[in-house]
Amino acid sequence: MGNSVAGKITKVRFLSAGDRALVVEFGDRVDRKLSEDVLRLNATVRSRALEGVIETVPTFRSLMIHFDPLVITRGRLELSIEGLLGDDSGSQIDTRFWHIPVCYEGELAPDLVEVAQLTGLTPSDVVAMHSGTIYHVYMLGFLPGFPYLGDLPAELSLPRRADPRVRVPPGSIAIATSLSAIYPYESPGGWHLIGTTPLRLFDLDQPKPALLAPGDAVLFQAVDRTHYDRIRHAVENSYEVESEPIPG
Amino acid sequence: MSPGLNVLAPGFHTTVQDLGRIGYQDMGVPVSGALDGVSLRVANALVGNPPAMPGLEILLSGPTLEVAADSARVALVGAGASLRIGREDPLVIPAGQSVILPGSEVFEVAASRHSACCYLAVEGGIAVPLVLGSASTYARAAIGGLEGRALRREDVVPLAVARASQGPELWAPTLPSAAGEQSIRVILGPQQECFTAEAVTVLLNGKFRVSKDADRMGMRLEGPLLQHRAGWDIVSDAIATGSIQVPGSGQPILLMADHQTTGGYPKIATVISADLAVVGRRRTGDPIRFLAVSVETAEGLYREQERWLAELIAGLEPLPRNRLDLTSLYGNNLISGVTTGIE
Repeated sequence: MGNSVAGKITKVRFLSAGDRALVVEFGDRVDRKLSEDVLRLNATVRSRALEGVIETVPTFRSLMIHFDPLVITRGRLELSIEGLLGDDSGSQIDTRFWHIPVCYEGELAPDLVEVAQLTGLTPSDVVAMHSGTIYHVYMLGFLPGFPYLGDLPAELSLPRRADPRVRVPPGSIAIATSLSAIYPYESPGGWHLIGTTPLRLFDLDQPKPALLAPGDAVLFQAVDRTHYDRIRHAVENSYEVESEPIPG
Repeated sequence: MSPGLNVLAPGFHTTVQDLGRIGYQDMGVPVSGALDGVSLRVANALVGNPPAMPGLEILLSGPTLEVAADSARVALVGAGASLRIGREDPLVIPAGQSVILPGSEVFEVAASRHSACCYLAVEGGIAVPLVLGSASTYARAAIGGLEGRALRREDVVPLAVARASQGPELWAPTLPSAAGEQSIRVILGPQQECFTAEAVTVLLNGKFRVSKDADRMGMRLEGPLLQHRAGWDIVSDAIATGSIQVPGSGQPILLMADHQTTGGYPKIATVISADLAVVGRRRTGDPIRFLAVSVETAEGLYREQERWLAELIAGLEPLPRNRLDLTSLYGNNLISGVTTGIE
């Protein structure tokens, strides 16, 4: 399996997740190039509105295609997808660059001091590094609107906490391994919490409930507690998050 | 006053469910929907609803409800379950037929040991607002259903129509099976290569049981442990309903309707479409054995199931008078609150 596209070879594996989901796997790493391949195929599949395809779920390294086996068999779907792998036409991805305010202070950053100790940095170094990086939204999962963002500066890379928290507050900005994330809801969680955003990551009152989408870019902006409280109050009423389209 | 069902007792875990929330998994929103979509579709057909209408999913023990409408036609589907109508000396109506309940009537859903879940459909449907296109309750993020949660005492389940239509009652000569002990058919993968060859053999030959740790997200299985070949964490990928993921403990977890959309544990096999409802009926302590089939076999079995279900729904019959003569029952005052809603 593979397709030659302008000299590039895109090798994929087709895996069955039961009889109604097909996994198109590009690799087994967290990797920007793999993510771009996944997101490009995702855009192409969606633009084609293939008969029998119900929905698609892009992840770090694979695309899951949910389909109705009464309408299309796995075999036929695999053939259609193979045909699309080298085809970029109509796969323009609309992505945005988001500025996300984060308060990295006090009770809103419960693990910041520990992360500084574990990484041998000062807390302000940790904040500077975390907020000085442009992140790629690899995928959403775990909870509605929960983004997996990468890549974290290597100096901040830590394993998950040995003792996961039972309750991580909503808005928590978390890091673990090579990734950062934002908890949209209160939930159990094993990542290190180094800040909190006043924004809502998932809001059913919005036409597009998840604030972020795979392929978007995120830059965190450190704000003080007063500013955090002000934005939080504004979010209760009406608040436009700062963002701009990423040129294709 | 808008029509509804007053919740006098909520049961163990009663939620509004339809056939699921489609199209939002890329945002991390699970599909949810009925654990046993087959039974929900039959229940809807019995009261004349389209198959995908929302009904009440009742897990383990049933609610007690009061009709706060002129009348309501209801049908229950779930192996061995029944409706117990009236406060004292209740009239027992078995699952698999429709019945009109007059206003103020009180009825209890008596769940059974034969299935983890049963479904109550109401003619016209349950009138909760659709959230992202579905009425299904996803309690973890408070999405859908009645305020995004399971029913509580003193809730009112809103109904779409205030009065039952005049058509005949229907019953189903055949019904979806009980939880049973038949093998659950799976397609191996997507990550069977993360496991030793023995682990795959153990999955397919071992005897498992549904543990106490079972809910709408998934059921942890007791039984032999499944050994990973090298490590148990993979780079997270998407999850399909019915996939069997195996965390570091080696104890498999069968992922159900409310499962997370993505996860970082390898999935050794996935239950086929035709057996998802069967798995949904299994209760804590029930046996689980797996049988591997090919994708083509699974596709054939699913077509067969859908044909069977279409025939079942097309074959629903008017209730024979001798099966339950409601007129005479009401005439004999066996049911309280007789007069309203019965024309």
